[in-house]
Amino acid sequence: MSQEQYSYKTPESLLVEVADIAAPYRDRPEMLMKVITRVQKIVPAFSEEVARVIAREMDITLTQVYSFVTFYAMLSVKPRGKYIIRMCKSAPCHVRGAREVVKAVEDQLGISMGETTPDGRFTLEYCPCLGLCDSSPALMINDRAYGNLNPQSARDLIKRYIREDVE
Amino acid sequence: MMEELHVLLKNRDVIDPTSAQAYVDAGGYQGLRRALSLSPKEIIEEVRRSGLRGRGGAGFPTYRKMEFTSQAEDPVRYIVCNADEGEPGTNKDRILLSTDPCAVFEGMAIAARSVDAHVGFIYLRAEYSYLMPILEAALKSSKELGYIGKDILGSGFDFEIKFRSGAGAYVCGEETALFESIEGKRGEPRFRPPFPSIRGLFGKPTMLNNVETLANLPHILKNGAEWYRSIGTENSPGTKLFTVCGNVNRRGIFEFPMGINLKELIYDVCGGVPDGRQLLAVQTGGTSGAIINADQIDMTLDIDSVSASGGRLGCGTILVIDDSNCVVDIVLNNLDFFREESCGKCTPCREGGTQLYNLVRRISEGHGTVQDLENIESLAWTLRTTSLCGLGHSTAVPVLTSIQNFRDAYLRHIDKDFCPVCAQEGGHRK
Ligand SMILES: Cc1cc2nc3c(=O)[nH]c(=O)nc-3n(C[C@H](O)[C@H](O)[C@H](O)COP(=O)(O)O)c2cc1C
Ligand code: SF4
Ligand code: FES
Repeated sequence: MSQEQYSYKTPESLLVEVADIAAPYRDRPEMLMKVITRVQKIVPAFSEEVARVIAREMDITLTQVYSFVTFYAMLSVKPRGKYIIRMCKSAPCHVRGAREVVKAVEDQLGISMGETTPDGRFTLEYCPCLGLCDSSPALMINDRAYGNLNPQSARDLIKRYIREDVE
Repeated sequence: MMEELHVLLKNRDVIDPTSAQAYVDAGGYQGLRRALSLSPKEIIEEVRRSGLRGRGGAGFPTYRKMEFTSQAEDPVRYIVCNADEGEPGTNKDRILLSTDPCAVFEGMAIAARSVDAHVGFIYLRAEYSYLMPILEAALKSSKELGYIGKDILGSGFDFEIKFRSGAGAYVCGEETALFESIEGKRGEPRFRPPFPSIRGLFGKPTMLNNVETLANLPHILKNGAEWYRSIGTENSPGTKLFTVCGNVNRRGIFEFPMGINLKELIYDVCGGVPDGRQLLAVQTGGTSGAIINADQIDMTLDIDSVSASGGRLGCGTILVIDDSNCVVDIVLNNLDFFREESCGKCTPCREGGTQLYNLVRRISEGHGTVQDLENIESLAWTLRTTSLCGLGHSTAVPVLTSIQNFRDAYLRHIDKDFCPVCAQEGGHRK
């Protein structure tokens, strides 16, 4: 395990906010998930500084924070875009044309799966089943779910996000 | 045509899911009311006679979990509701939680009463975070009416419910991994024994059940074990929620008595395969389930019959696959899932999962041999028998069943016959 895998620096002001989120859970290591999901809403990635602040405030080891963050797919030590597009590749989506939808979105954003657009707005990721198989193929953009996609409807959907035409 | 029987889904799109009053008006919380008038032993006896078996995968008799947990030495016990629903193709728990959350709370409270627990956790997968507002509102409303919280309905019995969330890991649906995750750790399965009913969450005796299992308890307590046994089959009483998905005209979540016929479900209820295509295969029980061919679908859907086919009814997932697909490609998709979701704690699954993927990949690319098939089968058996948790055991299921039921498809790839699906995936081209 190497701390170098953190690839992002976090501004001082955000670190203060992180400390405020973590501090109430000192000596409650079981609340790490709650702290981390809240922190993730304000930082683009778990930098070493962020992990340090969480560890210090909760009085747990840095290793514990790091090993936790790297275990769960939705947590990341790499910066991700403002919109994380998670595209399902499990079998029920796969047999209903998920591959074509993926290609359409990759072409539209000019990036491949796993990449973030240079402007830092969109990250494309594969994910396992989203529990939306009754309307596969499906994807999620941050906390929103979309189903019954085809290449065209997926492009239209992404376009709304590109234009920021979402509430 | 087969009629659906709505017991668990009776409130779907009928009541406001966030209103405990609406739930009560529809007959809800009566099972809990009765449970509060019974002793824990009497509740367990009622559940035993009902024959309820777990809906989360293994079909384990629910009363036995109650019995073990209630007899544990440690007086502090927990109830955990497994709302991780990670098995690909499964949506039923999402439907229950979003349309009738009070039924799940009521089931948890009944379970709590039977084992004398006072705290319950609902572990919700992160992908369902948008259900949180509904769940929180329903819980608040249930507390206000005195059905959850301190001194429930003046009985002196306290039970509170807390929400915990995952962050994207299929293995966290495995019970001991789920405990680790709630405890703020990596979701890696524990060695067993000790079993959860002796040492589970925070080291305390814990009764963990699937959402659907818990949602059955209110009906059993309210209407009695005889009524419950009048639905379904001898060894699998009650109804079952089925998620039908894939290449089928009518997709969705359906509720039928246990023991319906798979072929009728696919053709009569769900309208068969669309676009003039033919049925190629069906995978029952999710990615962990058996892949059977079109000639095998005239089968009974109850826990024991599906086990006999080499798979498991599990969560009730029915994935319909048409002939525009290739079975080898589907198995590769399944193996890709398992290899990525393996937590890496034990070698057979961590290494074996990737090796299996590579071996099947080689066949799909037209570079395989019949020896590879044998190697695949023996490696799959190794995973099945030596992995630490169910993820490793399940990895073998689609592989072994597909080789058994679609040997020709594998042989065609080995013979370098052109496969349009695998060719597209970078496989063998003519
Ligand atoms: C890898 C893995 C993932 C699992 N995922 C789930 C799940 O998402 N939901 C669930 O209820 N059970 C899941 N299970 C089964 C649980 O470990 C457990 O057996 C089940 O929740 C028990 O509930 P029941 O007795 O009510 O069926 C999973 C098991 C394994 C091995
Ligand atoms: S079988 Fe796989 S998922 Fe389960 S403990 Fe072993 S490595 Fe982890
Ligand atoms: S398989 Fe894609 S949402 Fe379930």
